[in-house]
Order: sequence, then structure tokens, then C-alpha cells
Amino acid sequence: MTDTTDDQSKKIPLQKGTEAAKAPADPAPLLRVRGLVRHFPITKGLLKRQTGAVQAVDGIDFDVRPGETLGVVGESGCGKSTMGRLITRLDEPTGGSIEFQGRDITHLSPGRLRPMRRDVQMIFQDPYGSLNPRHTIGGIVSTPFRLQGVEPEGGVKKEVQRLLELVGLSPEHYNRYPHEFSGGQRQRIGIARALALKPKLVVADEPVSALDVSIQAQVVNLMDDLQEELGLTYVIIAHDLSVIRHVSDRIAVMYLGKIVELSDRKALYETPMHPYTKALLSAVPVPDPKRRTQRDRILLKGDVPSPIDPPSGCRFRTRCWKATEVCATTEPPLVALRTGHQVACHHPENAGDPAPAAAPPAEGPAGSKASTGE
Amino acid sequence: MYSYIIRRLISAVVLLLIVSAVTFGIFFLLPKLAGQTTDQLAQQYIGKAPTPADIAAVKKNLGLDKPVFEQYWDFLKGIFVGVDYKFGPEAAKCHVPCFGYSFKTHIEVWPEIQSRLPVTLSLAAGAAVLWVVSGVATGVLSALRPGSVFDRMAMTVALAGVSLPMFFTGALALALFTYQWPIFERSDYVPLMEDPFLWARTLVLPWVTLAFLYSALYARLTRAGMLETLSEDYIRTARAKGLREGKVVVRHGLRAALTPIITVFGMDLGLLLGGALITEQVFSLKGVGAFAVEAINANDLPNILGVTLLAAFFIVLCNLVVDVLYAAVDPRVRLS
Amino acid sequence: MTDSSEDTKGTAAAAPEKAAQPAAFLDVRDLKVHFPTDDGVVKSVDGLTFSLEKGKTLGIVGESGSGKSVTSLAVMGLHRAARQQRSKVTMSGEIWLDGKELVSADPDEVRRLRGREMAMIFQDPLSALHPFYSVGTQIVEAYRVHHAVDKKTARKRAVEMLDRVGIPQPDKRVDDHPHQFSGGMRQRAMIAMALVNNPELLIADEPTTALDVTVQAQILDLIRDLQKEFGSAVIIITHDLGVVAELADDLLVMYGGRCVERGPAEKVFSAPQHPYTWGLLGSMPRIDRDQTDRLIPVKGSPPSLINVPSGCAFNPRCPYADVPEDNLTRTVRPELREVGGGHFSACHLPQEERERIWTEEIAPKL
Repeated sequence: MTDTTDDQSKKIPLQKGTEAAKAPADPAPLLRVRGLVRHFPITKGLLKRQTGAVQAVDGIDFDVRPGETLGVVGESGCGKSTMGRLITRLDEPTGGSIEFQGRDITHLSPGRLRPMRRDVQMIFQDPYGSLNPRHTIGGIVSTPFRLQGVEPEGGVKKEVQRLLELVGLSPEHYNRYPHEFSGGQRQRIGIARALALKPKLVVADEPVSALDVSIQAQVVNLMDDLQEELGLTYVIIAHDLSVIRHVSDRIAVMYLGKIVELSDRKALYETPMHPYTKALLSAVPVPDPKRRTQRDRILLKGDVPSPIDPPSGCRFRTRCWKATEVCATTEPPLVALRTGHQVACHHPENAGDPAPAAAPPAEGPAGSKASTGE
Repeated sequence: MYSYIIRRLISAVVLLLIVSAVTFGIFFLLPKLAGQTTDQLAQQYIGKAPTPADIAAVKKNLGLDKPVFEQYWDFLKGIFVGVDYKFGPEAAKCHVPCFGYSFKTHIEVWPEIQSRLPVTLSLAAGAAVLWVVSGVATGVLSALRPGSVFDRMAMTVALAGVSLPMFFTGALALALFTYQWPIFERSDYVPLMEDPFLWARTLVLPWVTLAFLYSALYARLTRAGMLETLSEDYIRTARAKGLREGKVVVRHGLRAALTPIITVFGMDLGLLLGGALITEQVFSLKGVGAFAVEAINANDLPNILGVTLLAAFFIVLCNLVVDVLYAAVDPRVRLS
Repeated sequence: MTDSSEDTKGTAAAAPEKAAQPAAFLDVRDLKVHFPTDDGVVKSVDGLTFSLEKGKTLGIVGESGSGKSVTSLAVMGLHRAARQQRSKVTMSGEIWLDGKELVSADPDEVRRLRGREMAMIFQDPLSALHPFYSVGTQIVEAYRVHHAVDKKTARKRAVEMLDRVGIPQPDKRVDDHPHQFSGGMRQRAMIAMALVNNPELLIADEPTTALDVTVQAQILDLIRDLQKEFGSAVIIITHDLGVVAELADDLLVMYGGRCVERGPAEKVFSAPQHPYTWGLLGSMPRIDRDQTDRLIPVKGSPPSLINVPSGCAFNPRCPYADVPEDNLTRTVRPELREVGGGHFSACHLPQEERERIWTEEIAPKL
């Protein structure tokens, strides 16, 4: 067990958007993740001896503060979804610790986890796959009550209908089946189910990426409203940097199982410090044909290396135009170079005041069209 | 690729050893567990009115009084190097592969099975060619036009084929083509080398009857597989290249749809090679299946054991071939 | 062997020389692709007209079920494959490619054009490439359909193409199978295969949707470079307005199987003339601006293509449906009308009103 700071009493839900409130004095985090590791062993041969491991998540630290939205962004294979499954304890970490409301839940057994499951809920990407086609909407949304043995005030049916209304569906949909609904409506059903037990933390893995643009906006707005109304805390995992920018207060950028940059939204998008973040941002197409020619795009070469055998030192160095020798030998720690802006890089961008670790940015040979920055 | 084959080979051998141990256990351990004494077992080899001395001699000769593990070891040894038995004064050499002697006839098991093999092989091979060709062709044609008259007819016939039992269709075929219109007279098996025409003639009816059952299954399987593959993205890509439809269907569609069929085919062929019990019965063919039925009826343990192991051997062999074929067809298998 | 000639080769066969041969390289006129089903006729494409010149890129934007993919398949003559099971399909209208009309043409003639004059790349390169054949074999096959050369020559060509699309060690990778490639590499190989015969029209159906954003940038760059080099016409089909803004010269917005707005990309982005386009822009979170406001979504969901709303297909979701008088939006289907400079819009709102709404109500909120 770790030091259990009894924060239950002093926890005040923060209002979203009040920047000042989250600046210096951090409130006790709702979720505290330290050194989180998840390796998937690779076995070979008849005897199934382990020959290696997919280092899906390899030592990440972050806090989720009550009332905020933490966005987690990265490309496929960066470990963001695994991280989501770990912090909701759908999967057990190989190492590190996860504390929820000061309680260590890293290795709790399924039985001991049950009370925690009320407080932490998950929304999935696929609104088709995550709803059982044989159950009615009422049945689906009321599942959490049955699983947890909770009898809501006024009865299950009434509560489910209230939830349906809350997510913008009609209470009459109670007896219908998932196939009668469009993708956007199904995602609303998934959200209603997640909210049934009044969770404190909602982890959403690609909640809108399967939806059409016009529907995406409806769901994003809905999640926004619910957060304000119910004082929810979100961890939103997505690959879409525009969506992440819109929904998050703080953002963690992941690359090959590590967090490379963690910062509040404004700083991250306006002055990204990690070269990877910068390249990522520059790669997003902007719906404005006029800007096509003005933009300074950083084209990364090649593909993401295999998480089975990641590069030594800094994992991004094989594709980084600023990489030097130190990047191959020493792994850069995730440190705060500015207030609330953590970066894991030996040669950070936009580091105006020379940070202690920042070496003179040398143009490495691996570089492609390196941009000059803004 | 080679390491893949070797890996498969090793696991096939291991599997056969396990099967042999289990069957051996069932046949020689179970009687004991069921209360049969070693004496009673030995008695079965001698026939009527055994003297205690005879029984003791048989026991010693066959090693029935040894521990089970030793017996199993001897049994395995017999298969690979042969055994010398001494029955009283005369000594007998049981040749490789030695599965022992029949309880009833006192003839070596293997030569007896061996003499039956050509019948079963001919039956299975001929039928297999027929059913694969007709089944896959029907399936492909059906899949190309789902819902068409051809498709519906073919699938109805296929349903009948799957649901009608062998002894019914076989008997019907016999009644019609041997007795009503004697096109195919009933005759004993003629070896292929002796007279290929007669060989084929005696086997046509069993081939067709067997193939009817199986091709029905294969037609449905192929149809389902083809329908699935034809809706794959890579089929659209093949068409987008400007390939002729025939090439799209065969080179891109059938190739992918065939893999599950190969698996089932391996199983079916292996099973059949171990003896087509009913077919051989219906058409009075003296194949391995008929041999098995006789052995079971006579409660002739060594014969049953021999035929069981043979069947297991064929199934394992066919599966091995399938695995290798699979790897040749689908490059993804080799790597995983 | 399989061609169920269930197509009714529409008007083209009967129509007397409707118009003179069109001037544009690709000219699609009043294209309709309908699929009769048990539940009713699915009108995937219902009267679409556009044209495209060589060297230019047309972006077709729409949500799922807008008919954008069926349009591209119809141009390729692959519309029958657009739906599962080979259902019936009727196609009418005209598709002129380089002076040849394709709707009324013999299917085998269209087949010979496929892959040679017009080629296509698809959304998911893993499923679009055959898993059993090496990448090289598949490119060689594409080349040899249209070129009578031996395998060795074709293989050399395949290696050349792989090199051109930026695959390292092409002479080795040519023998690899698709699953040995990464996602981006696969899409490059797909592009190499599509361009192996120097087609004059390249259709890219959601070419980067399945890819990561950094890889997407690489692929978009590659398409742009190759177009410059080969001078082909490109149609890029996508739901992502960002992708279109990167590549397209012209833009066509589809909704419910019809075109609601079409014009030069800059005009459509800077002064869109249809409420649906406004809705799309308002729904998109932007990476280039710090938005603190809420998104402006379009209410409701896209229409079923069996029961497309009467009048303007967008009317049930349109916030301005009641502005025009006489219930016009619900009864009369709006025609595409030019608003100036090759910019067309199909909307009953008076043009001044549209411009006012855009500048006063929509643009400031984006």
C-alpha cells in the first residue's frame, strides 16, 4: 500500500475551463499513475518459452485531476488504448502503480475491484460491437445496476429513462434494440450505460472516431455538457488531434509506450516542445486550402519502430531530425521545462529559457524537411 | 518454411505416440480394470479347452504378465523392429510392422490389413477426386449467382446429399443400377493393375454414392467460402486492375476460399482411409472398414487395435499434409 | 461467365447523340446508380453531374451513405460490387472518359480501360491487397493485364514503381507479402499498383482514413507529387475536409446521393453556399484555432437512401428549412445553380440570404 491521503473530504470538483484553478496548487489527483508498465509476453515453440515482449506501455507517470479532461493522443501502437485498459483495470499492469482516490488499485482482484468499478467507467470506440444486439436498450443501460446490485431511487426503469433523456434519447426507446439506432445514437446509449452509476472518472477510448463528422460533433458536445452537469472527470483517448484539442484541458502525447509530452492544451498546441508533437501537429490537414502553401510541414521518415524492440535511449530518435548521440545512449526523463509543461527530450523545441537539459539543437542527419518553427 | 515443416512433423509423431498409448491402454488396460484376469486374456489366444500349461506359455510368450509399460514398450518395438514369438516348439517371426496376432485366426494382423488396403485406398481416392471436383465446382457456380435457379437447385440437392444416410443412398444405387438396370454388376474387387477397367467398374457405384454425400458438403462449404471471399476488398482490387472475371474468381477468389476446404478435406480423407465402414458394408467390399467391423464383431482385440492405429495414422498423416499445404497456400501461416 | 446482365443500360442506349462529345477529360452527367432491394430502391447516386480535367484534383466529400463511394465505383464500372451480394443494379446517365462513353459501353470494353486508363486505390490497403500473393506478384499481374510482356520485364517495372513510391530496398521488398508491410508501406504499394500502367485518372477512395496522421501526410504528399509527375486527373473521396483542403482544386459535397455544392475548393471553403457544408465546417473541431466555443453540430442523422426526404434531401436537418416560402424545401428538389465563378449550390435559400447567414451567423463562430 502507498500513502493514502484521505482526500475524500477536501475534494472539490473543479469547474471546467477555469484555468486559474488548476495552475499552481494541484489538488489531490483523482487518479495517480506512476511507472505504469504493461508488457505482453511473446512466446515461441511448443514449450511456450518467452522470447520477448511487446512493450505496449513502458513506464508512464501522470495524474488526472478531479473535474478535468485529460486527452491522450498518439498514433496506432503507441500504447494509448492499453493505458486506458490499465487505468480502468480491465487489464492488469506488469509494473508500476495506479491509485484511484488515493487507493492503490494496481493489483486488486476482480472481487475487490467491484466497488471501484462504480466510480470508473469506460466508453468504447465501436458503438456497434460494444452493445449486445439481443438486449433491449433498457436492458443494456440497466446492466450496471444489476451487476453492482444497486437499486436506484424510483426504480431501475425510471432511472434508465432518465439516463436516456440525459444523453438526448427518448425514454420511449427503452424497449428497442441496438440495430434500430444509428451509430451516433448507439454511442449515446454507450454513454448512458457508462453514466448509470454516477461514476467519478470516465475513460473514453476513441469515443467519436467511428462516427460521421456531423454526428461526432453531437457526441463531443454531449460529453461536454455531461461533464459540466455531473462534474465528471474524463480521460479521452483519441488519435485525432483536432478532437483532442477541442475536448481536453491537458494533453499527454504518447509514442511507443511512453509519454513524450504532457502539458495543458494551449501550450501544447501553440508551443509544442517535443519534436514528435511538433511533427504530429504539422501533419494534421487543415480545412483551409489557402494555408496549404504557407504551412511548414515536417514529414517524418519511415514508420514507428516495433514495440518489441524499441530504439535505445529516446524512442523517437530514429525518426527525429534533431537526434544526437546522447539520444541514443540516454533516455530523456519526462521533466517540467515550464510550469505545467512536461517534456521528455534532450533537444526540446520552443524552449525559450535554456532549460538545464537542453543542448544546442544540432541538425541531425536523420532529419527530413526540418522546419524553422514559427 | 522448412523449420515449420519440421515442427509439424515432430508434433505429428508425438501425437501418434500419444494415440498409440491411449489405444493400447484402452484395449489392454481396460479389460484388466474390468476384472478380466491375465489368464482370461491369454485364453483368448488359445481357443477352446486350454490347458493351464498352454495358458502359462502364451502368457509368457506374449508378455501378458509383464507390467503394462513394458508391454507397451514391446508393442512399440514390435511395430518398428518386429518380434520373435515362440509358440511351444515352433518359433514365429512377426514381421515389421508387428501388431501381433489375431485372437481368432492366429494370423498376423498387419499382412491381413495390408491385403485390404488397396480396396480402401481405391475407394477413398476415387471418391475424393469425384467429390472435390464436383463439390467445389458446384459451390463456385452457386456462389457466383446466389439465388439463381442453379444455386437453389444445387443447394437443395446438396441438402439432400448431406441429410440422406449412406446406407440409404447406397442401397438405392445398388437397387437401381445393379438389380433394376444391371449396368454395374455386383462383383468382387479387382486390383487396378490387373484390369483397370474392371477395377473402375466395380468401384463406380461406391464412388458415386460416397461422393454424393461428400460433394454435397463441399458444395455448401465452397459456396459459403466463395460468397465471403467474393465480397472481400481484394476481389474489388482485382477487378479494378481490369482482370477478366474468370481470373478474378479463380485466382483471387477460389484460392482464398480453398483454405478452409483443404482443412476439412484432410480430415475427411484421413477418416475414410481408416476404413469406410458403411460403404464397404453396403457394397460388400473387403476393405479396411469391413475388416474393422469383422474384428469388432469377433471381439478380436489385436485386430481392432491394429485397425485403430492405422486409422489414427492416416488422420495424423493427412493433417500433416494439410498443414504443409496450408503454409504453402497462405504465407501468413508460415510466420506466425 | 458470370455477368448477370441485369443492368438496364439506361438512357444512353436509347438517347440520340444527346450532346456533342464533351470537352472535359472526365465528364459525368446525371449519373444515377440505384439498387433495388426488398425494402425498396436504394438510390445511392441520384443525378450527379461533374467534370474533371487532366492534371486537376476533384475532392468528393460526404458522410457515410452519401453516395460518394458508389460514384467512384460507378466510374470504374465496379458499381455492382458496391453492395454485398450481387444485387440488381440500374445505372443511367453518362460517364465520358477521354471521349468514350462508359455507361452504355460493353462491359468488357470498360474492363479493358480499368487499370489502364483509370485506376483506383482503396481505404484499407491491408484488406485491399490479396493476402496470399506477394506485393510484386500483384503489381506484375496488374501490369500484365494490359501489357503483353514477360514476367521478368513486368517484375522490373514493379520494382521501379515500388522505388518511385518510396519503398526502401524495392528489389527485396517486391517479394514480401502485404502482411509484412506496415500500413503506410501497403498504401504506397497500392499506389504503385494503381499507377503501374500510367492511368490518366486516379480515384482514391478514403486513401488515408486507415492511416496514422504522420503517415497520412506522407501519402498525401506522395499523391500530390505523383500527380505533378504524371499529369493525371485525380478524384479523392473522403469525409475529411482537411484532406480535401490539402489536395483538391475542386470540391463536390454530396448528401443523400446528390450533389449539394460544387466549385473551386477555395471558394467552397471561404464562402460555402449550402447549409450542409456549413454544418460540416461547424461540426469539425479545428486544430488551427483555439476554439473555446462549442461545436455546431448538424441535428439528426443522415437520411436513408431508400427514403430520401422529398424536396431538398437535407431539409429535415436544415436550420433554415423554413426560410423559403411555400414549403418549398419540402416539396421541390433544388437544382444546382451557379453562384458565380464555377461555384454551384443546390439550395432554395436566396443567394443574398445565404451570403448573409454565412458571413453573419456561421463564419464568426468557426
